[in-house]
Amino acid sequence: MGKTLFDKLWEKHVITGKPGEPQLIYIDLHLVHEVTSPQAFEGLRVNNRRVRRPERTFATMDHNVPTKDIFNIQDTISLKQIETLKTNCDEFGIRLAEIGSADQGIVHVIGPQLGLTQPGQTVVCGDSHTATHGAFGSIAFGIGTSEVEHVLATQSIWQLKPKTMGIHLHGKLQAGVSAKDIIMALIATYGVDFGTGYALEFYGDTVDRLSMENRMSICNMAIEGGAKMGMMKPDQTTFEYIKGRKYAPKKMEEAIKYWQQFYTDSPADYDKVLEFDVSNLAPYISWGTNPSMSVPISSKLPDIADMNFQRAYDYMDLKPHMAASAIPIQWIFIGSCTNGRLADLQEAARVLKGHHLAKNVTAWIVPGSRTVKNEAEKLGLDKIFKEAGCEWRDPGCSACLAMNPDKIPAGIHCASTTNRNFEGRQGKDARTHLASPAMVAAAGIHGHFVDIRQKEVI
Amino acid sequence: MEAITVHEGTTIPLMNNNIDTDQIIPKQFLKNILKIGYGKHLFHDWRFLDDGRPDPKFILNHEERQGATILISGENFGCGSSREHAAWALKDWGFKIIIAGSYSDIFFMNCTKNGVLPIILPLEARKKMAAISPKEKITVDLPHQFVECQGEKYHFDIDSTWKQKFINGTDDIDVTLNYSDKITEFENSLPSFS
Repeated sequence: MGKTLFDKLWEKHVITGKPGEPQLIYIDLHLVHEVTSPQAFEGLRVNNRRVRRPERTFATMDHNVPTKDIFNIQDTISLKQIETLKTNCDEFGIRLAEIGSADQGIVHVIGPQLGLTQPGQTVVCGDSHTATHGAFGSIAFGIGTSEVEHVLATQSIWQLKPKTMGIHLHGKLQAGVSAKDIIMALIATYGVDFGTGYALEFYGDTVDRLSMENRMSICNMAIEGGAKMGMMKPDQTTFEYIKGRKYAPKKMEEAIKYWQQFYTDSPADYDKVLEFDVSNLAPYISWGTNPSMSVPISSKLPDIADMNFQRAYDYMDLKPHMAASAIPIQWIFIGSCTNGRLADLQEAARVLKGHHLAKNVTAWIVPGSRTVKNEAEKLGLDKIFKEAGCEWRDPGCSACLAMNPDKIPAGIHCASTTNRNFEGRQGKDARTHLASPAMVAAAGIHGHFVDIRQKEVI
Repeated sequence: MEAITVHEGTTIPLMNNNIDTDQIIPKQFLKNILKIGYGKHLFHDWRFLDDGRPDPKFILNHEERQGATILISGENFGCGSSREHAAWALKDWGFKIIIAGSYSDIFFMNCTKNGVLPIILPLEARKKMAAISPKEKITVDLPHQFVECQGEKYHFDIDSTWKQKFINGTDDIDVTLNYSDKITEFENSLPSFS
């Protein structure tokens, strides 16, 4: 019997504890942001404890920051939270990419971008989308604030080893179909809790061909399928991505040699395997109030299966059997830790170039980090967006969770490149439709969803 | 952490599946830097009307349900965001026990840190518990791992380590700091490519 990528990573990090019981796992990288950390630092202070490994900890500000005028935080409680992070990082000696810093951005965008995220690591953050970093061949998962405090104090965490699920992605995606559609289709097919209790590994020829940005979009939404960890084996694409980044290993060749041991010996080693052929996949959009309530763009909305569907239809003000493409769109949002990287903005710009938003459509484009913003401007993407009628903003989580000033108004249908379409997620009574960057951009041009596989639509 | 052994209390059923932490505690209440005071915002968007008055139709607002300590729910309770504020809000409102079909992994861990006991029981059992009168009590016996409702006992499973943690109310960090030497030893064995 061989071992999975996950088994190998796990074994490398067990400090103590027996299999079958919670084990103490070493944490290589701890990412911190302003919302889920203040109570953790306060706990350290009250108990007179220090941060065990400040050099393995990195903080940024993302959830609360305004993206229209990033230096002008009008909400005094948000400001307090931002200032508290600064004070805590100063006091405990933690590196901080604060507002205005060249490295500031969404925590799951900057970790990889700075080369902090590396294969073979364990990565945690007080944020459920930490699974993103698993795309590099690491165990990465979201934790609560008590666990943040525990990791700060001990650089370790107690965890029960999850089971493993291999998701075999095979086939070539059609033009216009993206990584986002793969993960949305998986969740629509298997449900929002198919991954609960499992560490997911995505593998196969489809994954091998994907860029790191696209791999991250898939792992990012593992949590939307119930799995707190989603990962992929590191390969040449991974190594090339890391090379030359700010915190990349200095001894790169040695590091690569070490990283190359992390792969699954045989699919037979997973506790469970899902086969998923992507070659006939259509772009997906969500119609309801959780990510499994999604359909291919070419289809109609489903029957009312139960009370949960009824509630979703009422909230979204949609009717069963209407065509997915008939959903009206008044707002588009492009950004987030799912689709706020340069490749995502390039994809959206490719669609928007030479077009203008439909009448009555508002568009916010929010780069995932300051670096993404600068790179996009170097490529002239900002001009394409502005000429199309979009607002080009500063980096942050923005309207993905709307705990900053960026909120989608009540009743508005918003096509969004984000990860969650829960009730009220993007603003009270706002109606979110998840989709890929290209699909969202095209919806902005037409004022409703279109199938971007059809050439005439763009 | 407050210990739990045997608990007797009244119930509130919210039988929807996939109740996410955005519903349990909406984001506008995550800005506080304390662990307390979230109970008044629990299920805010479901609980209050647009003008801020409590929605009389929502079960948390029913007079006869006040003082309930046991929440009965559907599948995949606490999915979505990792915000521990969800566990803090449930606890602050007064819930000590949740009985659901399943939980998201992160929410489950957050419960273990805050003395909110997440129990898993099949739908059949939960339906019976959801149907009892508001003033009727059910008993949760953690040491013996059963829930008793109307004279019927329903066994539940729980990992033995988490069980002991709930019974003893242990602080994790104290426990882990006893392993400091082992952590140091582990750190010394780590490869370095810097």
